[in-house]
Amino acid sequence: MNWRGIRIAYTTILFKEVTRFMRIWQQTLIPPVVTTSLYFVIFGNLIGPRIGTMDGYRYIDFIVPGLILMSVITNAYANVSSSFFSAKFQRSIEEIQVSPAPNSIILLGYVSGGVVRAILVGLIVTAVSLFFSKLSVHSYWVMASVIVLTAVLFSLGGFLNGVFAKKFDDVAIVPTFVLTPLTYLGGIFYSIKLLPEFWQAASHINPILYMINAFRYGFLGITDIHLGASYAIILLFTVALFLINLKLLDNGFGIRE
Amino acid sequence: MTVALAISNLQKTYRSGLVALKGIDLEVEQGDFFALLGRNGAGKSTVIGIICSLVNKSAGTVAVFDADIDRNFALAKSYLGVVPQEFNFSIFETPRQIVCNQAGYYGIDRKLAAQRAKRYLSQLGLWEKRYQITQTLSGGMKRRLMIARALMHQPRLLILDEPTAGVDIEIRRSMWDYLTRINDSGTTIILTTHYLEEAESLCRNVAIIDQGQLVENTSTGALLEKLKQETYVLDLAEPLDQLPDEHPAGWRLKNPATLEVDMPKGSDVNRIFAQLDRHNIVVRGMRNKTNRLERLFLEMVDEGRPA
Repeated sequence: MNWRGIRIAYTTILFKEVTRFMRIWQQTLIPPVVTTSLYFVIFGNLIGPRIGTMDGYRYIDFIVPGLILMSVITNAYANVSSSFFSAKFQRSIEEIQVSPAPNSIILLGYVSGGVVRAILVGLIVTAVSLFFSKLSVHSYWVMASVIVLTAVLFSLGGFLNGVFAKKFDDVAIVPTFVLTPLTYLGGIFYSIKLLPEFWQAASHINPILYMINAFRYGFLGITDIHLGASYAIILLFTVALFLINLKLLDNGFGIRE
Repeated sequence: MTVALAISNLQKTYRSGLVALKGIDLEVEQGDFFALLGRNGAGKSTVIGIICSLVNKSAGTVAVFDADIDRNFALAKSYLGVVPQEFNFSIFETPRQIVCNQAGYYGIDRKLAAQRAKRYLSQLGLWEKRYQITQTLSGGMKRRLMIARALMHQPRLLILDEPTAGVDIEIRRSMWDYLTRINDSGTTIILTTHYLEEAESLCRNVAIIDQGQLVENTSTGALLEKLKQETYVLDLAEPLDQLPDEHPAGWRLKNPATLEVDMPKGSDVNRIFAQLDRHNIVVRGMRNKTNRLERLFLEMVDEGRPA
């Protein structure tokens, strides 16, 4: 397959993925908007004024970056895990398997679909947040790079989940029991400086903490974590997950008997 | 002679320990219409799965038009079109989306894909349904959609795993005609089917696989030569309530108007008429029973089984 063919195969998978989540926009684009709006109303407008400031910012302004990134993480992961598992379940993955499209392109196509949905949801949630907060951007470059890298990382995570999943319950277990707790404990609603020393140190093993802090730096210019460490962690996990997924695809794990 | 498919010592043992293939050697020539027959669980779908990269093999080699599926997988796959046994497309997509996406996976641009989609969906009677989600299509339409999808990249070798399973006779006949035209245009076709009259009507060469081994691999004509007896179906002029006393062995009254007669292959058919004459039975019509291959198939696979 030449480069042109590879590009067409990639765009076909991406187009198919985007068409899929746009077809069910009521399930993919609306729920995160409703959920984060509730966060903005309850934590930002009702409880926020009683909390006062956090790291010198209004509480609502402090939590907005984390809430945007939370919706990005959740949607990137959910899109790829459910889409790839559905393709396995309906056996439509065989359409791609029998084609000459390289496994790396199959992986990139699915991941790109997750990234597009995640960023689209992120933009919608950002637009909604403007009703509640005066957003300021400290560094567009940091903000954009962190949101894209995080979307890539969690799309890869979702793909891994989809590869291993044998039933629909398996797609829900990781987001419920791993992703959500890590996200909530990753400093969306608080600065880890508020925690006792032990829990501050323990928080550092949570990779989501690095992403939320880097993203918050992009908006507010404040972070509990060194920016370089945040990028290093995100890139390390991204490369590792990409290679693991590619190896699994090459071996046909979960898709070839 | 160009070989479309070359399989050597193909073996497959599943993780459960089930030995599905015990070393298959098979060659299919370019342009052939080839039948791969066998009972359920004989190993046919495993062979096809390995050729199409849907099943990992345990040992052996497979080459499609000289392209090894391990060393040159992209080229080998580009030569192959597959129509699987079970529906394997998204039920929420339309036929047009499904065939155009399939073309895209093979690196065919949208413009050319759209032209081919129109051609193949029209030829298979699906053009009017192109924007309808496939969930709402009938079983026969879904089968034809899978054929259209497999043809989008114009493969040199088309593999059909029970393509007419569950479709009515009219659609089955139209699919036979279509596949014959595809084959006449130069596409090599490998077919698995449980309808043995389908294999007898369409295929020039036949292989029979049983318990993971090839038990026969020859031309359809040569295989039918091995048939030890033939059955003739006679339409009677007058209804017959029961067979006459002392009727020859091999006579069966199917209903008052139809008599079936078994004859050793190659024997004189006039003997039947002499016997019928002796019992004052008048015949209005006569034909050969069509499921000759079915009988032979059962004989061959039964030979290898314990009594």
